[in-house]
Amino acid sequence: MSNTTNILVCGIGGQGVMTATEILSEAAIAEGHDVKKTEVAGMSQRGGVVTSHLRFGPKVLSPQIAPGTADVLLGFEAAEALRWAHYLKPGAMALVNDARLVPPVVELGLFKYPDDPIGDMRARGVRTVSFDAATLARDLGDLRLGNTVMLGAIADQLPFSAEVLLDCIVKRFARKGEGVVEMNRKAFAAGRAAAAKAAVPA
Amino acid sequence: MAAVMPAPAASRLLMSGNEAVARAVWEAGTRVAAGYPGTPATEMLEMLSTYPDMYTEWSVNEKVSLEVAIGASMMGSRSFSAMKHVGLNVAADPLMTLTLTGVEGGLVIAVADDVGMSSSQNEQDSRFWGRFAHVPMLEPADSQEAYDMARYAFELSEEYQVPVILRLTSRICHVKGLVTVGERIEHKAKGFSKNAERWVMVPGHAKRRIPLMLQREQELKRLSDQSPLNVLEPGSDRRVAFITSGPAYMHVRESFPDAPVLKLGLSYPWPLEKVAALMQTADTVVVVEEVEPILETELKAAGFAVHGKDILPRMGELAPEVVKPAVERLLRKEAAPAPELAQALPPLFPRPPTLCASCPHMGIYYTLSQLKNLTIAGDIGCYTLGAGHPWNSLDSTICMGASMGVALGMDKGRGETDKNKKILAVIGDSTFMHMGMQGLLDITYNRGNVTVLLLDNSTVGMTGGQNTPANGRDIHGKGAPRIDFPKLIEALGVKKERIRVLDPYELPVLFKAVREETKIDEVSVIIANRPCVLTEDFKPFKPYVVEDDKCTGCGNCVEVGCPAIHVTRREKVVKPSGKEVELAFTRIDSVACTGCGLCVQPCAPEAIVHFEPAMPRIVVQPV
Repeated sequence: MSNTTNILVCGIGGQGVMTATEILSEAAIAEGHDVKKTEVAGMSQRGGVVTSHLRFGPKVLSPQIAPGTADVLLGFEAAEALRWAHYLKPGAMALVNDARLVPPVVELGLFKYPDDPIGDMRARGVRTVSFDAATLARDLGDLRLGNTVMLGAIADQLPFSAEVLLDCIVKRFARKGEGVVEMNRKAFAAGRAAAAKAAVPA
Repeated sequence: MAAVMPAPAASRLLMSGNEAVARAVWEAGTRVAAGYPGTPATEMLEMLSTYPDMYTEWSVNEKVSLEVAIGASMMGSRSFSAMKHVGLNVAADPLMTLTLTGVEGGLVIAVADDVGMSSSQNEQDSRFWGRFAHVPMLEPADSQEAYDMARYAFELSEEYQVPVILRLTSRICHVKGLVTVGERIEHKAKGFSKNAERWVMVPGHAKRRIPLMLQREQELKRLSDQSPLNVLEPGSDRRVAFITSGPAYMHVRESFPDAPVLKLGLSYPWPLEKVAALMQTADTVVVVEEVEPILETELKAAGFAVHGKDILPRMGELAPEVVKPAVERLLRKEAAPAPELAQALPPLFPRPPTLCASCPHMGIYYTLSQLKNLTIAGDIGCYTLGAGHPWNSLDSTICMGASMGVALGMDKGRGETDKNKKILAVIGDSTFMHMGMQGLLDITYNRGNVTVLLLDNSTVGMTGGQNTPANGRDIHGKGAPRIDFPKLIEALGVKKERIRVLDPYELPVLFKAVREETKIDEVSVIIANRPCVLTEDFKPFKPYVVEDDKCTGCGNCVEVGCPAIHVTRREKVVKPSGKEVELAFTRIDSVACTGCGLCVQPCAPEAIVHFEPAMPRIVVQPV
């Protein structure tokens, strides 16, 4: 349905894909939307592929996003973003952490990791904004901030203000003290800035 | 999980289907809930264990969990049992007699089908149990319905004195949606009424219960036609009408927003009068059901001309992009133009699930992959991944506990070509207690020649690390009696000297033990004893690093299969023998490495050494 917003978040098990989507869901609920969020998470905890589908709007029916209908893609890993790029609507935007996480089957020489997954996405017409979330997080002093960096990156692609999303993050970390909240605010701002900077018109 | 204050009544919460069911079970005044972990059902019991004022347990298997619920129901308490689809196969024995005795306190069985098989050995349709066991079946389509139906299930169960099956699928269990919750209403235990004719199912008694069961089914049939859970939505787009249930309803509504739909919430017994009414709304009627054509077959037998699996897939999940084009083709209209994809994408490398860095199973599979002439019956758990690269070490996986019986059968059934094969069985601690130990007893009793590897990581690993008798903690994490595996195995008839307990990180010891035990022509059990790295019992060691100048590119460490080992460059060289080999020079991701040392042992040039970090390590965790 056209009044439903579809956000696809992808990555690999353990990267925080499901948590990020959960926070996005909370923001959509805060804005008064009906929300459905789904993922296949069976064996994916063991380094497998994880995709999380978030749909929100006045009334959401099917929880799954159909290929070719995602409004925005948030990719936690470069090749995973490429794997799911066909879920995007034509001309829609992908925000991608350019980390390359190479699985054992590639290290064993059985398969090849693409040389330039981000470039492959662009070559296929996907508006791709890429940045290095891990370095941004590390520069702020804690790799765990990577998740908030990712949320900052998508903040300006949502049908509501970035502050709504930031409020949800702040709420989540409030009990951990002002220090942690402040770090997450910085990480959010860093992700937002990195995405804006990287989004140079093609 | 620690007990938390449940959210107050009337809260609107984002809940998965599993969380919604748990909340409803608690609100229904349930006093006893039991289950065995299994994707996608696990979180129901996990969540229930956090609620106050009720007893919850991880049972050793699904059969026992249902029996616990039956006993509680006999005492007049509301009770609940949750399991995945294959779990109900295990629990089928008590179910098929429970339907004769009926229930006293409301008894609800939640069964979760892994449609599409994200983490299961097969795909099966639990809707068959409704007809097979003559019990009502409720099928929610989202989290709110899962909550509503779970609450209603207890009323239904008590009104008809019948066990009720709440049938879920992955797309209910693991989809989060908004749910408005209520408050708990206490239901005191009514007390046990001694009544042998009802509870003691010997043939004479059971014969008298069958007519009662069939009469109950007739009453439920009438209920089904009146039930507000079976809704006929008239619709204005009369080109085609649908009969559907569960998550498939959402796909139908998404695809055909204005079509007439009969949505089945109480999907067994079938509401044939409502079906007849729906048939009047359109010339073409499609039954949209995931997996088996259960309803379609029944409706055809009842004389209704419906479509179904003639146009829809027989396996896996449905989705709007599957349902819509199939139905539109049926209507002989132009298929909807597919959304223009950016461009067909090239095939990408797979990313199968793999064992974690430092996983104790890695030592086992590295060892097995280095030995020749083995036939290995595997089992269900994280260690099933040993069938994958680089180990390729398992030759079978059937069901929970099957490694034992299958290995014995391999031993007894082997012919000339396999007479020198060493037959092994690999099984985890939780699976061994679930269904494996009876198989081991069968091996000892029947003098089988099998070497059993019991991989004791002291948890149910694949489902997220639930407690078991192997770690001596109950569902709440509190101390509980801990199983003594060597004693148990000895009691099952394995000779004391044929039971070895060892550390799977000690490759030479493990290698020697497997070599020696497989040479002996009788049953032996090697217990490999190390905690799962994802549990609190695991304490990380100092990480390792590859010294660049010492690495010769032999690639032995890659063969261990650790996800923290990465190839930095490959180089082709010609050996003095004239043979061309590819060298793989490696590095270790010191953030992921937890220092088990498995890769250190096969490293020929001793290039893998402890990493001395300049800064304290940061462990990456999801927020």
